[in-house]
Amino acid sequence: MRFMMLMLPGGELQETGDWGPPPAEAVGEMTKYNEELTNAGVLLALDGLQPPSKGARVSFAGGTKKVTDGPFAEAKEIVGGYWLIDVKSKDEAVEWASRCPGGEGDVVEVRQVFEMSDFPEDVQAAAELSEEPPEQTQAR
Amino acid sequence: MASDAVGGSIDAVWRIESPRLIAGLARLTGDVGVAEDLAQDALVAALEKWPQSGVPDNPGAWLMATAKHRAIDLFRRNERLARKQEELAHDVGLALAMDGADLDAALDDEIGDDLLALIFTCCHPVLSTDSRVTLTLRMLGGLTTEEIARSFLTAEPTIAQRIVRAKRTLGATRVPFEVPSGEELAERLPSVLGVVYLIFNEGYAATAGDDWMRPGLTDEALRLGRILAALAPDEPEVHGLLALMEIQASRMRARTDAVGNPVLLLDQDRSRWDPLLIRRGLAELDRAQQLGGGLGPYALQAAIAACHARARVADDTDWATIAALYDALAQLSPSPVVELNRAVAVSMAFGPAAGLELVDQLVGEPSLERYHLLPSVCGDLLAKLGRHDEARAEFERAASLTQNARERALLLERAAVSGGSG
Repeated sequence: MRFMMLMLPGGELQETGDWGPPPAEAVGEMTKYNEELTNAGVLLALDGLQPPSKGARVSFAGGTKKVTDGPFAEAKEIVGGYWLIDVKSKDEAVEWASRCPGGEGDVVEVRQVFEMSDFPEDVQAAAELSEEPPEQTQAR
Repeated sequence: MASDAVGGSIDAVWRIESPRLIAGLARLTGDVGVAEDLAQDALVAALEKWPQSGVPDNPGAWLMATAKHRAIDLFRRNERLARKQEELAHDVGLALAMDGADLDAALDDEIGDDLLALIFTCCHPVLSTDSRVTLTLRMLGGLTTEEIARSFLTAEPTIAQRIVRAKRTLGATRVPFEVPSGEELAERLPSVLGVVYLIFNEGYAATAGDDWMRPGLTDEALRLGRILAALAPDEPEVHGLLALMEIQASRMRARTDAVGNPVLLLDQDRSRWDPLLIRRGLAELDRAQQLGGGLGPYALQAAIAACHARARVADDTDWATIAALYDALAQLSPSPVVELNRAVAVSMAFGPAAGLELVDQLVGEPSLERYHLLPSVCGDLLAKLGRHDEARAEFERAASLTQNARERALLLERAAVSGGSG
């Protein structure tokens, strides 16, 4: 089963919503952690995100869309990066999250990814409706 | 509830740490069987201790230190291994004196080699294929005897006995705990890759209906493949195998219809293919190609799978490249089944007459005599050429050979259609 580990940076980063590339020491530790995930055969994908100050939010309310440029004053939690891992249980995902070299105040949130089989049949059927019909072919 | 939570954590720690633990202990003792027993002892100790004390900060180091203490006890009772004792006592002293993290760093360099040696030992040619698969799932996958038994629809005592016998064989034949090098590496790598691919296929071939009985064998194989790719990054076929598995696994959701019937590759709804796994597979194939030295059998199969993965719709498939890849595969590992696939690819690329020419050469091949796909492909090509009477005979012959009722009905239907228009 797939889990996403979301890094929610704490401390100053959380307050300012602004950050540059992390310092060499932090990168070194994180690289080692990422290698451990790779060597254990569980890592599917990962990315570090640029700060909210360089991002934007599109919000939907009352039938209209509103674009707000970062940083976002009202945001309580901001995502700094993620790992997508493939493990056997939630416990295993939590164990991996607890090995992350997190800084003071950092939070790693562990969230399981929905599989198609998690949805009821009518939802699966609705998902199929939105897809292109498969090309017909006589070939084996 | 609290102890349940710790129980789950211990399972998770075991899954993550046990391969490294067993590998490190095998390096110390020179015996994989002894190493696994020691690791199990450490697990039992953790199950007793951790519910009260909580999971230690560095559970891997805790397990290793505990297992080494057991090893010393064992060695004291075992004269044959007496020489190792002093060395080990020193090591444990060192472990206890050092902070866990430093110990980890000190061991980091060796641990990769140890893990690789463990994989090669579990897949050693002195063992039967069944034993290789079982030991690999047990030692590298951290699966319990019960989980392995469930996966292979085998009784638990059978698996337990297989493990005991395999460990005894490794001990008795004095298989050295090491990563083979040079020519021996080239000789033994196919066995390792074969075991991983066999595990993959065991899960992949299971129909949706009994999937629940095979708890993620494909996932297990993918994980092993990814570990191998990290441990042996210079071996092109390791990346080739991983590429093949990633791309095949990407089609998992599209392989069966709503009622669980299989859907042929060209009829699959490609929007259900997993783009992440395709991307990973194509990247692994790139790595295999960049390493040079020509593509091996796994990389060639991955390259064929990649041709399908790259085609947005079935009609876009690059059949000429696929035909060329099958040609290369046929030269590397000749087999009538590969030839038959090549014939299909050639017919798709260059027309049914070209394909039929190749298929005709396979008629009379003893290993394909009872293989229903030969007359089935033959019938398909004949029908496309408008030779309906001959096509009908081939479809009827194919129907009489298949074991699958649904397929038989389909073939008889095609036979009937051919007769009507012929």
